[in-house]
Amino acid sequence: MPEEKPPEPPKPGESPAAPAAPGAKPAPEAKPHLEKPAVAAPTGPVGAPWSGEIVETLKSTFPDIAIQPFAYLTQNYLLLPRESIVPVAMFLKTELHFTLLADLTAADYPKKEKRFEVIYQLYSFSRNERLRLKVPVGEQESIESVVPVWSGADWMEREVFDMFGIRFEHHPNLKRILLPDEWEGHPLRKDYSILQQDERWVRENLHIESGQ
Amino acid sequence: MATTTPQATFLDANEIVINMGPQHPSTHGVLRVILRLDGEKVLGTECVIGYLHRGVEKIAENRTYVQFAPYVDRMDYVAAVSNGLGYCEAIEKLLNVEAPPRARYVRTILTELNRISSHLLWLGTHALDLGAITPLFYTFREREEILKIFENYCGARLTTHAFRIGGLQYETYDGFEEQVKAFCNYFPPKVDEYEALLTGNRIWLQRTKGVGILKADEAIDMSVTGPVLRASGVKWDLRKAKPYAAYAELDFEIPTGPNGDTFDRYMVRMEEMRQSIRIVRQAVDKIPEGPIMAKVPKIMKPPVGEIYHSIEAPKGELGYYVVSDGSTQPYRVRVRPPCFINLQALDRMCRGHLVADVVAIIGTIDIVLGEVDR
Repeated sequence: MPEEKPPEPPKPGESPAAPAAPGAKPAPEAKPHLEKPAVAAPTGPVGAPWSGEIVETLKSTFPDIAIQPFAYLTQNYLLLPRESIVPVAMFLKTELHFTLLADLTAADYPKKEKRFEVIYQLYSFSRNERLRLKVPVGEQESIESVVPVWSGADWMEREVFDMFGIRFEHHPNLKRILLPDEWEGHPLRKDYSILQQDERWVRENLHIESGQ
Repeated sequence: MATTTPQATFLDANEIVINMGPQHPSTHGVLRVILRLDGEKVLGTECVIGYLHRGVEKIAENRTYVQFAPYVDRMDYVAAVSNGLGYCEAIEKLLNVEAPPRARYVRTILTELNRISSHLLWLGTHALDLGAITPLFYTFREREEILKIFENYCGARLTTHAFRIGGLQYETYDGFEEQVKAFCNYFPPKVDEYEALLTGNRIWLQRTKGVGILKADEAIDMSVTGPVLRASGVKWDLRKAKPYAAYAELDFEIPTGPNGDTFDRYMVRMEEMRQSIRIVRQAVDKIPEGPIMAKVPKIMKPPVGEIYHSIEAPKGELGYYVVSDGSTQPYRVRVRPPCFINLQALDRMCRGHLVADVVAIIGTIDIVLGEVDR
């Protein structure tokens, strides 16, 4: 499942050279904003393996769970299987003091085997340390809600449901939060064009033909 | 009215549901709150948000890194400078460049001035919500002086787009340092003036003391950050915990509150304004000479990777999670909005209080709907 590409540590001064080549220069005016350029590598970023006390503790506590630790730009993250999120999150919160769920979001990688990635940004006050959890979730799959672990996940999970259509099991109130309840489609999916909208909803509720 | 059964008449009814907003002056924008009441006591609230949703994160995926920078100003539009700082620093980390020292100091000064202007706007409107009209005029008078500095610096007052990825677009104008220093001398007595109007005022105390208490463990559990968290007694500020810009080289205190009520949040923000002046004073004296822009490519293509960078915005932790796919446009930009997440705690803070306190509590969270809805 994980990408075995070698990690590429960014080197200052090297990356600027490549885009300056005139052949690679994109023409922003000509390109429609609807699609990403072909250079897009939609399998997501790859970090270097990482190990430490947190990883060792987790691996000894959860020997059956495939926890893959990575780091990119000195930021550590763990790739977790979908089923393990609540026990691991609970353990991280209670035993390793990652008490603050700073953020919960998702990203859409349509070319991946499991399309979505749910991303948790944790913070520990006592360690003054951040940790990111990434959980791949397939299009037809759902993921367990972490509201029992951190109440603050409530609205964040609702936003992910609203924008990506990922279902969170046992969420106390899983409904849309930013868009109207009856809206069709999930705007932050990559196959949702920037000009797209729920035209039926707009017509029926705003009494206009198009919002554009 | 006469059609209801005797148990359900309004005299007998235990619970009624009323709607507040979205067009309501004390909701600070287009926030709609549905209140479940027992008489005048709040049993529960539900926020209905999204009226100002513009799809900022979707727009980001369809703009280049540079093109997206002005959009972030439109989220928390009263603290546009902070938003820009967080975004520029996140992309700089992704590009592996660092802004030159001079740029970092100017950024710090403008961001702290912006924190003061954001707190001033909060103070004026919050006091207005609670029936004190006078502070609004005073705070807007001082806020104007800060906006003048912004206007002189970059031409804009509100959505400033003051910073660029890699540093600054503009060198400071002639007389920048003098104007900032003059403000630093002018402003602290004004904070005392606001405090003279409010802190000891009996009505103010009755409206704020013991209202909307949020305990420290509850606040952390609800992911609350910023002054709201600090008022609950958690001494945590990203400027100290994970210093960015020039904060590591500057000396300041983190004010905290003992009880986590509306009054403590007010006191924390008042003290933060004083501390901001302290930071600005030191930073102005220390501005180094040198370039204001790092070497960044004209066409930015950060290497494939991801970054989460967060700063202490006036409202709390403002984070940017950016995924790069190696192209000129970000693959994913997630904004971790402090207001959106702090607003979640409204329900817990309101329960058991009166309807009038809901207004005080909405004000004390200090929300900007442009950022809640993005």
